[in-house]
Amino acid sequence: MSPTRRIVYAAVATALAGGAFFACRTAPATTLVGNDAAIKVYVPPGSYDEFYSFMSGGFSGQVSVYGLPSGRLLKVIPVFSQNPENGYGYSEETKAMLQTTFGPVPWDDSHHPEMSMTDGVPDGRWLFINANNTPRVARIDLTRFETDEILQIPNAAGGHASPFTTPDSKYIVSATRFSVPIPNRDVPIDSYKQNFRGTLSFITADQPGKMDIAFQILMPGYNYDLGHAGKGPSDGWFFFTSYNSEEANTKLEENASKNDKDYVAAVNYRKAEECVAAGKAKTFPSEYDHNYVDPSSGIAKVETMHSVKLLNPMDCDGVVYYLPTPKSPHGVDIDPTGEYIVAGGKLATVIPVHSFTKLKKAIADKAFEKVVDGIPVLKYEAVIAGEVQKPGLGPLHTEFDGKGYAYTSMFISSEVVKWKLGTWEVVDRIPTYYSIGHLMIPGGDSKKPWGKYLVAMNKITKDRYLPTGPEMFQSAQLIDISGDKMKLLLDFPTIGEPHYAQAIPASLIRDKQLKFRNLAQNGNPDVTRSESDGGITRKGKRVDVRMIAIRSHFAPDNIEGVQLGDTVYFHVTNIEQDWDILHGFAILGANTSELILQPGETRTLQWIPTRVGIYPFYCTDFCSALHQEMQGYLRVSPAGSTVALTANVSKKAQQQLSEPAKAR
Amino acid sequence: MSRASRVLLLLASALLALMLAAPLWRIQLIAPQYPEGLGMKISANTVRGQREHDLDNINELNHYIGMKRIEPESIPELHIIPYAIAALAAAAVLVALIGRRELLSVWLGAFATVAVIGLIDFWHWEYDYGHHLDLEHAIIKVPGMSYQPPLIGSKQLLNFTAVSVPDVGGVLAGVAFLLGVAALVLAYRREPRPVADWSEPQ
Repeated sequence: MSPTRRIVYAAVATALAGGAFFACRTAPATTLVGNDAAIKVYVPPGSYDEFYSFMSGGFSGQVSVYGLPSGRLLKVIPVFSQNPENGYGYSEETKAMLQTTFGPVPWDDSHHPEMSMTDGVPDGRWLFINANNTPRVARIDLTRFETDEILQIPNAAGGHASPFTTPDSKYIVSATRFSVPIPNRDVPIDSYKQNFRGTLSFITADQPGKMDIAFQILMPGYNYDLGHAGKGPSDGWFFFTSYNSEEANTKLEENASKNDKDYVAAVNYRKAEECVAAGKAKTFPSEYDHNYVDPSSGIAKVETMHSVKLLNPMDCDGVVYYLPTPKSPHGVDIDPTGEYIVAGGKLATVIPVHSFTKLKKAIADKAFEKVVDGIPVLKYEAVIAGEVQKPGLGPLHTEFDGKGYAYTSMFISSEVVKWKLGTWEVVDRIPTYYSIGHLMIPGGDSKKPWGKYLVAMNKITKDRYLPTGPEMFQSAQLIDISGDKMKLLLDFPTIGEPHYAQAIPASLIRDKQLKFRNLAQNGNPDVTRSESDGGITRKGKRVDVRMIAIRSHFAPDNIEGVQLGDTVYFHVTNIEQDWDILHGFAILGANTSELILQPGETRTLQWIPTRVGIYPFYCTDFCSALHQEMQGYLRVSPAGSTVALTANVSKKAQQQLSEPAKAR
Repeated sequence: MSRASRVLLLLASALLALMLAAPLWRIQLIAPQYPEGLGMKISANTVRGQREHDLDNINELNHYIGMKRIEPESIPELHIIPYAIAALAAAAVLVALIGRRELLSVWLGAFATVAVIGLIDFWHWEYDYGHHLDLEHAIIKVPGMSYQPPLIGSKQLLNFTAVSVPDVGGVLAGVAFLLGVAALVLAYRREPRPVADWSEPQ
């Protein structure tokens, strides 16, 4: 061998040895999807999904509706945020929905949708949802997918543990995430321990338009995080998680993580009812707004309330107990039998499960560790049924399949863990993409889950879809839980940030849908029922225009006599009586939004002209072949002008009237 | 020493010089929510993120478990290692020029010693970061859990799989050392030639 060749051999050999280090690359995270996934989520054109799924819009403040298993977005229901897309919160009829004692609040952070229930089973009548930032709860009517009612929660900040319902939807609840001084007042922040308190609100919910706070329970100044009602044997009880039992007021990530255990509050609300009825609750001055759509006029009204019944546990023996629960528990979920109370300690290394039977016995035996502000703390060993060992990291929420299994979301280890109730053994796990928050099984928090699918709602999206810049939609995964092993079926992006969701079989909602509003029953005082009824009136600086919208014109469509300094109200009625024939209304320079008009509906847009000239208005919802002709003009003259106030129906519109078939 | 040995040694010296510019080791942190990867690279004179902000992000994550911040400025060894490597490279050139195989043995011994001390020191730092946690301020406390990444290989640290392997510089070092070994083997298999033979035709 020549020396040169030897050098080459030696160098190559050593390089190969070195290169071997690079061979031990780790495999990229692969997505394991079964061969039959596509067929399981495929909903052929013209066919319907099996489930309606209602997801909270998170920081969008709204509710989004998806079909399952396809993951198709069906609708976004405006709730706590103004929605220029259809004029919700802008039109005169809907403005009041967003009114609070802080003034109009045009945005919120919606967290937990909750379906109304009958005997512990979702019934598809209403969907409730909470506003976290300015505590409120809303009722959405599921025959129209519209928000009909919003109730503000006083003596609270951060309406997070909300709006979970009792099995009969007699009450929904709202517990304060931030403790605050009650009544709220000017105190030093570091006087937290003396002055700050929490409240648990029970809201009557079974009468549409009549939500009110039945009573509030005054609690120690912890952060109340989530809740769920008991059922079956535990019917009559409500469970809330709390953290920050340290009562820290600064740097909570550290200072509220010190205690080994925080608490699940077990509330005997029937007992609370008794105490309130016996006059043991204080009538406590509290201002809060109740907004509801008046059913006859369709116009939202604001009713300001002035007091609540405030119950101190000290005055009502046996109304609240604390169950010690490891490490800042987040979710508290009750299994379908009502026996087990599962808590997810955000930083815990086990999933603790309390037993309702043991809880009752512990109360009877007075197995108390101590008493906090009149609330007995039960001994952990006396109430614990079992702990799921090594479940993963960061347990948050649990749902049930009705077949004896529980499914817990693990934020830190980014997975869903399936475990067996009673034996507490982990039987399966599946990764989620990425960092799951809530999870949802249709009816999975009720007495009768439809345990076929599970939806993972993730907080981190990263590379799951084509990238769309730094801000992306959130990511959800549909998982098949019908067999022993969980199977990933589908990824789909979701708007805002879905926290919780609810889903029920489509058949419970689909056939009840309103197709259009009956014009004959339109009780809006400014309704225009026919072409000839439209017109214009002036009262001082206020000008009211009443007009109709029908394919393909507005009547009137030429308006004159408006002057600078006037405030104009357009009351537009869509007089169509046909399915899915909507019209829109928009005018140049409006500082508000457009209006979307359902068939048979009247909506009003306030408009203040800022300069002299001609202002076109037009239909924004493509309604017909001559949609582009559906327009009109408004003339604005200087203040004090002698131009007569007129509102004409155009020749074109009259022509269309005489030849309806052609034009439409 | 044969011409082959000298050339191998000069090659080894060049690789050692290149090592100064390349990361020696890398620690990757693998977790589902980091599909893009997360990791750090340890060079002779500094510690950097695999990508621009990785080190900050790792420090951010580590605060949950009470690990102290990884700050390259506070690791004195990073000021010494570049000189040790440069000295080894220079010595290799000298040994090649002098051509005595005994010196080659000494050089190789020095190389091995520096490498072993370096690895022990690296392990020691890993131990220090992984075990000396600020439990007073740690948010996630798992009883009995420590967070020392392996010297080489992989280990599960809560939700992260930590994979520690030599990077380009480490591989260069390994190759340089193997070249030194090869030079030594060749030097002892053949009769040493006088220096004057260097320029003579074959």
